[in-house]
Amino acid sequence: MLSLYGTDVSSRLLLGTARYPSPAVLAEAVRTSQTEIVTVSLRREMAGGKAGGAFFEMIRGFGVQVLPNTAGCHSVSEAVLTAKMAREVFATDWIKLEVIGHHDTLQPDVFALVEAARILASEGFRVFPYTTDDLIVAERLLDAGCAVLMPWCAPIGSAMGPVNMAALRSMRANFPDVPLIVDAGIGRPSHAAAVMELGFDAVLLNTAVASALDPAAMAGAFASAIEAGRDACLAGILQPRDMAVPSTPIIGKAVFQ
Amino acid sequence: MNVLIRGAGVAGLTTALELARRNLSVTVVDIRPSLEGSASWFAGGMLAPWCERESAGQGVFDLGRSAADLWEAALPGHVLRNGTLVVAPPRDSGELARFASRAGGGATWLDEAGIAQLEPALAGRFRKALFFPGEAHLDPRAALSSLQQMLADRGVSFRFAQSGDLPAHGFDRVVDCTGAAAVGETRDLRGVRGEMLYLETEEINLARPIRLLHPRHPIYIVPREKNRFMVGATMIETDDAGPVTARSMMELLNAAYALHPAFGEARVAETGAGIRPAYPDNLPRVTALGDTIHVNGFYRHGFLLAPAMAGEVARRLLADTPQPERLAS
Repeated sequence: MLSLYGTDVSSRLLLGTARYPSPAVLAEAVRTSQTEIVTVSLRREMAGGKAGGAFFEMIRGFGVQVLPNTAGCHSVSEAVLTAKMAREVFATDWIKLEVIGHHDTLQPDVFALVEAARILASEGFRVFPYTTDDLIVAERLLDAGCAVLMPWCAPIGSAMGPVNMAALRSMRANFPDVPLIVDAGIGRPSHAAAVMELGFDAVLLNTAVASALDPAAMAGAFASAIEAGRDACLAGILQPRDMAVPSTPIIGKAVFQ
Repeated sequence: MNVLIRGAGVAGLTTALELARRNLSVTVVDIRPSLEGSASWFAGGMLAPWCERESAGQGVFDLGRSAADLWEAALPGHVLRNGTLVVAPPRDSGELARFASRAGGGATWLDEAGIAQLEPALAGRFRKALFFPGEAHLDPRAALSSLQQMLADRGVSFRFAQSGDLPAHGFDRVVDCTGAAAVGETRDLRGVRGEMLYLETEEINLARPIRLLHPRHPIYIVPREKNRFMVGATMIETDDAGPVTARSMMELLNAAYALHPAFGEARVAETGAGIRPAYPDNLPRVTALGDTIHVNGFYRHGFLLAPAMAGEVARRLLADTPQPERLAS
């Protein structure tokens, strides 16, 4: 069982709620994914200070843990303010912290991210920082009070899948006891299975599900892949080797040629 | 039969037309002083069942497929059957294939020469595009005004600036077409904010709606008369109807500029924000509550789906009501 800030979750799939064809399709995807945590963007749906009204109400109605995010925030103060609004709207101290450094690439501004994480953690927030795969940034985030890390595996929405397996592997090796959730860049179930095989604790999905032809079916496919990757990791994965090895021992031949 | 229709947006007026055609006595009331300001007033007016199927699914396609014909029959001369052109910035050109597959047909691929032939103003700006020749558009404001005039000529009476509930006595049935005003009252109905603006420039001419695909901010530009272009529309999950935000305006303008730099010199003639009423599946519904039939939840498909839904309202209204000829048979 995965424990995030003291909350045990059995599903290792976190689902974003943006950009589905309709709320009805989103609700179906939440069901088929069997997710226990959904993220929701506050910034975008807060026009005029009104709190997303019926849409937020519906998300609360899913009966799963809500992880509000600060998507679209470009500065420390903006992110902190959004986190505080989120705490009021969803009555949770969980916050997925995004501080975007570049409007076009949506790359996280890791300096502002560490600073915002420090402020929010000191104010009692349980911070889930969206970060890169940089080890030193990860250390600084842990120092700032984060107990979960959410590295990307490729830029947000890019669907490229893990572009730097070595970096992800080294992240896992460096932080064996920190829950690591791959946040962005997943395009297909095999990508999710690949990072789960590396030993990552969970995967967060949005575009890959929301923009599929059939989002609910895709959510189910991802759920299976994530479970398969997790099971494979626990089962111990055979490492590749350069030589062929017969799966059936051959008897009656000279052992060494 | 005396029917009261609440709401003079596209749903109210098309319903009025269907009922007037069946020789019912119809009165339309609206809380606003005129047609201006409803969600329909800010609509794009695209009759684009294929492009809308991309995001809204088969239901919208089935209901909206005949929209252009129905509008043409109701308001001859208003419907422009020039199709829809869908383009994407070079680095997002993968979005085009995705869009085509989700639209599920109705499109042909164009190369640079094909685009230039169709829209000379866009020559050389995009290497690939999708063209949906079967789609159409109209000017919502002109269409609503003409429809009101036509209905008035047919004997439909209009009462604007009717604040509060106009007493329904004296009417046999009521059809509620108040749209976003029912958010908070009608179960499962929510508001989705949309923001748009009008640009005015003589530097560029377009013959048809252009959709610019972008993974985060897809927009459309619809040419109108007098060198005007409607740029829309944001989709924000809130029922706040305040003025357009700086961020939304920036996104709309950026997209227009990406389509053609000439829009950089255009005048911003108008900005607007409206609330689209939507059910969880983003499809409209006809529901009967007592003597009132509610038709609502048109989301971003008012002009596309109102004609079909108006027919449905008329059928429901007449089926629910004992008809003399039926009783006689």
